[in-house]
Amino acid sequence: MRLRIAEITVLSPGIRKFTLEPLAGLLPAAGAGAHLVFDIPGATRVHKNAYSLIGGPQARTQYEIIVRRVEPSRGGSAWLHEHARIGDILEAKTPQNLFPLAHLAKKHLLLSAGIGITPFLAFARVMRTPFEWHHCSRAEDSAAFAALLPPGPQVTLHTSRNTLNLAAVLGTQPLGTHLYVCGPELFNETVQTMARALGWPESKIHTESFASAAGGAPFIVHLARSGQRLEVAADQTLLEAIEAAGIAAPYLCRGGACGACELPLLQGTPEHRDHVLSPEQRAANKSLMVCVSRARTPDLVLDF
Amino acid sequence: MDLNLKPAETFRGNFSAQNSEAAIRRFPFPFPDDLYMYSVNMEPHERGGPTAAYDAIFDLDEHYLGECADRAQVLADDPKRCQVMPHLIDAEWDTLELLMESLATDYPAQFTLTRNGDAWHWINRPLALDQRFTFGDAASLPCPPFEYITRQVQGDFTLQDQRDNDLFIEGGMVTSQADWSLNFDAGMSFRQWHGPVPLAHEAGVFDRALAYLLRLQLGKPVRRLNWTLTVNPRLDTSPENYPKWGPDRTTVTPENVGHKLCLRVELQTLTRLPRSNGILFGIRCYLIRLEELVRVEKWARRLHRVLRDLHPDLAAYKGMPRYRPIIVDYLAAFDDGAPTSPGTGPD
Ligand code: FES
Repeated sequence: MRLRIAEITVLSPGIRKFTLEPLAGLLPAAGAGAHLVFDIPGATRVHKNAYSLIGGPQARTQYEIIVRRVEPSRGGSAWLHEHARIGDILEAKTPQNLFPLAHLAKKHLLLSAGIGITPFLAFARVMRTPFEWHHCSRAEDSAAFAALLPPGPQVTLHTSRNTLNLAAVLGTQPLGTHLYVCGPELFNETVQTMARALGWPESKIHTESFASAAGGAPFIVHLARSGQRLEVAADQTLLEAIEAAGIAAPYLCRGGACGACELPLLQGTPEHRDHVLSPEQRAANKSLMVCVSRARTPDLVLDF
Repeated sequence: MDLNLKPAETFRGNFSAQNSEAAIRRFPFPFPDDLYMYSVNMEPHERGGPTAAYDAIFDLDEHYLGECADRAQVLADDPKRCQVMPHLIDAEWDTLELLMESLATDYPAQFTLTRNGDAWHWINRPLALDQRFTFGDAASLPCPPFEYITRQVQGDFTLQDQRDNDLFIEGGMVTSQADWSLNFDAGMSFRQWHGPVPLAHEAGVFDRALAYLLRLQLGKPVRRLNWTLTVNPRLDTSPENYPKWGPDRTTVTPENVGHKLCLRVELQTLTRLPRSNGILFGIRCYLIRLEELVRVEKWARRLHRVLRDLHPDLAAYKGMPRYRPIIVDYLAAFDDGAPTSPGTGPD
């Protein structure tokens, strides 16, 4: 899917909003909590960055994302801040939602920090259930975030560490409340640890994660029968690498469930990510599902 | 896509439904091999496949008018065949949008969708419907959005909510089911729903299928086929109506088996819905009389072998012990022992 940058809004020196539109037709619908992965050109390689969509679910004509410039720059956000221009075209994948709202919640408790505000902006637009939102910000970004937050007594902006009494907020919620946490790693961990200590069940604690089945460290695979040596990139599956070399490999589900893509292993240790092989089969180290599994060793040799 | 609709035939009473030569050739024959085994036979649902039944995202065929009429009749007799729990209202709109977009794209001569923001205009020419409504406003449609659109599509649909690492069936339009009931199943989890299938659990099939579905991605629907046998081309073989169709099973004779007995195939599709994050499960039912099916020689040979060699537990589950020998004898006459070609499409 190709998207054109239609608008760039500077919200603060380090935070920009990008409005993206389709080249033709309508965009795929995306629910609150969905994120978009797109390719960002870099000096040495293409970066694949994930950003939460902040638009409401009716947004079929444009997507909006908010990007903080990461210091030290990891590439993607720096390019968006320094080089992106209106009219630039970016390649993106269909949005996915790993952070959906729980439909049966009696109340939603949203706790965010910094750029973690973004999925909750989408949440707030579709709320039909009572909610309470606490957002924490560094002082220099507070004006930008204050302008983004929806009005109302259920939303509080905290600009100093001390005004959010986490224990009190987590300890006084009505039964049936679901908790959503989004912010830097340390913030997420602190909140979750305290929630668990206060007896929140795991099924009512939700955090955003962009982890995708495809990602992981790059590795090398040797195909013994054809004598080929292939590099499996960080954002590529082993199956995709085989296909990219013009070799047809068996598959059905491409999600680690069906077992169709099992290939025999001659050397190396896989990192199994499928739902097919039993612990015993994994221990036998004789095969792997190439649609999802990767390598623990630098190389794998397949009898294929 | 070409779509030649027959005048409405019946799937009850005098069972006038027949498959034309073209409809036979496009039948989604379910057996890739001469021996049937239960497996997670899921694959990406993209346009295109072994027969024309795979050409559209939601396939319509010559039986469209008859099947819509049959559904309307079932709902008139028993409105509970369509129910959706209130917390799935977003999934209702997701379904309406998905079906309208797919139909308008795949069958532009029959369906047109025009939208201006939330102001939508839907035209269904075969059913002579012309509806303007506001997307998101249920009051602007003559009935709730999920019911409105699924009345206009062949095949049953259920809605699954995803939570706590499981899927819960909490809505559906179920009027052409193979002996299961929405009323009984609504609110059940994936595990509970699939409980009764024999053998499958041993292979961990459902745990795998569930793990896969929980990760089903937007824009990447999947499909699988399921099959059973039905006496007469009857769409509604629900448990509630067992007194109506159960006795049919005693009427199969060597003389009438070719005409009466139908292979019933479900082309099942699973689609992640964007706003609700739910899953839409489509169960598109195809019925073909044995006398129609044997016109494709490969299918006659293979079906004979599959039914002859079926594992006894699966045979019982598919509900055929009583008249299975009659079917196998009938099909044996069409099996010369020649090898069958790979794949499910006709030669
Ligand atoms: S393709 Fe199904 S497990 Fe890999």
